[in-house]
Amino acid sequence: MTAVVAQDIVAGYVPDLPILKGVSLTAETAKVTVIIGPNGAGKSTLIKAIAGLVPVTSGSVLLNGAHITNPRPDQMGGLGVAYVPQSDNIFRSLTIRQNLDLVLRNAGKEAASRRDALFTQFPAVADKQTEKAGALSGGQRQFLAVAMALAINPSVILMDEPSAGLSPKAAQEVLEYTRALTEQGVTILLVEQNVKQALRMADHCYILADGRNQVDGAAQDLLNDPVVGQIYLGGKRVTPA
Amino acid sequence: MIQNLVDGVLVGSILSLGAIGLTMAMHMLRFANFSHAELLSIGAYAALVFDGLFGAIHPALAQAIPPLSLTWSLTLALLLSMALTGLSAVAVDKLVFKRVRAKGGELSMVFASFGVAMIIRNILGLIFGLNPKLYSQDIVFAIVVSRDPFLLIKPDQVFTLVAALLIMFILHLVLSRTTFGYSLRAVAENPTLAQVSGINLSRMIVLIWLIGGGLAAAAGVFYGLTNQISPVLGRDLVLPIFAATIVGGIGSIYGAVLGGFLVGLASNLALVILPSGYSPAVPFLIILAVLILRPHGLFGEERT
Repeated sequence: MTAVVAQDIVAGYVPDLPILKGVSLTAETAKVTVIIGPNGAGKSTLIKAIAGLVPVTSGSVLLNGAHITNPRPDQMGGLGVAYVPQSDNIFRSLTIRQNLDLVLRNAGKEAASRRDALFTQFPAVADKQTEKAGALSGGQRQFLAVAMALAINPSVILMDEPSAGLSPKAAQEVLEYTRALTEQGVTILLVEQNVKQALRMADHCYILADGRNQVDGAAQDLLNDPVVGQIYLGGKRVTPA
Repeated sequence: MIQNLVDGVLVGSILSLGAIGLTMAMHMLRFANFSHAELLSIGAYAALVFDGLFGAIHPALAQAIPPLSLTWSLTLALLLSMALTGLSAVAVDKLVFKRVRAKGGELSMVFASFGVAMIIRNILGLIFGLNPKLYSQDIVFAIVVSRDPFLLIKPDQVFTLVAALLIMFILHLVLSRTTFGYSLRAVAENPTLAQVSGINLSRMIVLIWLIGGGLAAAAGVFYGLTNQISPVLGRDLVLPIFAATIVGGIGSIYGAVLGGFLVGLASNLALVILPSGYSPAVPFLIILAVLILRPHGLFGEERT
């Protein structure tokens, strides 16, 4: 079953200067789909276009079979889609509790019990709930960002480089947690620069370059593909975990 | 020295009110709005009109509230002018800034704001004349609070300070206790993340103009109550308000409050060592010093 389908997406920040030049993608329900590619390939733009943050000038986005192209970003939560930006993905001036309450209350959810449930899920940030979110470490910020995404009980989470700026250990923890969310039926569509780690935890992978699809396939297959390894994985094959 | 300190706090409270709206709009809409201080003028003149109107309709309202020169009609006029100025700010955004935003860049917005400031200033001059106006012709004597050190305070100044602090306290309660307050701070800090967190940005833009305009009107009326009103009120206050915003850190509402007090204090304390003619240069120096030493202000953070 497909959760998210992007068909021939043309999108960009400036009119008549598309960054995505006809990209297509399918994210299967309760699976991890990763988008990789060199800098400037359009990975983040694609995920932002799906989230309604970059205007799609041509093509369409479907969520569980329904057209949602160019949605209002603030209404994505109502559709069951959460988006975790790459950086600045928490409100630093608010406390950790206020960050969660903001998302919960704007989604019309009863804040107290859901917040407590989230703190149980994320003990790393639970102890500091009255502290300013800006004081958290990189890994803790990422967990708070994921907790904010999960607050609305999403069926799909769009994540833009969740491991960016984290130590290898913290990156591994975040990616493992992300992977575990699929067991709860959540569909994950993520952009990653950390290609090897991403391919090890993903089910399916799309490789973009210059705003176009290049290769796609099962993540394990791409991990073992010598040509892909040569071009995208630093010139050597990677041993699967 | 003590007199300068007290005057600085009084001026600072007015600057803080003006800077709150400016910092929110500047951070969210990403442009330096040089017309923001004109909202103080709109508020001050709107209150003048409503004050006269209420006084004419019900002469008892025109009586001063002892020991202040403030009348009941001006108190009512203040509330109405806050609403009207807030709506004016929304109207200017719809008529000018929204259209420029859709087609132009940040620089276009800055130039548009210069144009808006000139238009508002000249319209006020055309309607009300260039001569300064007063809310009250009554002479209210200052109270000698202390003879050594010598300290004079007018009752209107005390009222202004208390009212400004009260408004800021109410704003603080809203910001720290309510969903709307969280949303306001979220939008001021990171509009994109705020959107994906379920906040309707268009509605928040309207609300921010309403609040910013309302607070600017209060600042304008308080300024008029302790000084005088003229069409160049906005021009005279634009730099101190900008300095307050920059000192506090663009996007930080609490920073704007602190920045207002710091600029007010610095400007008045400078009078101890500088001739009064140099006083308007102090906000320039503060802006320069902050931009060199701490470009993101006291509470601002580097933007990505």
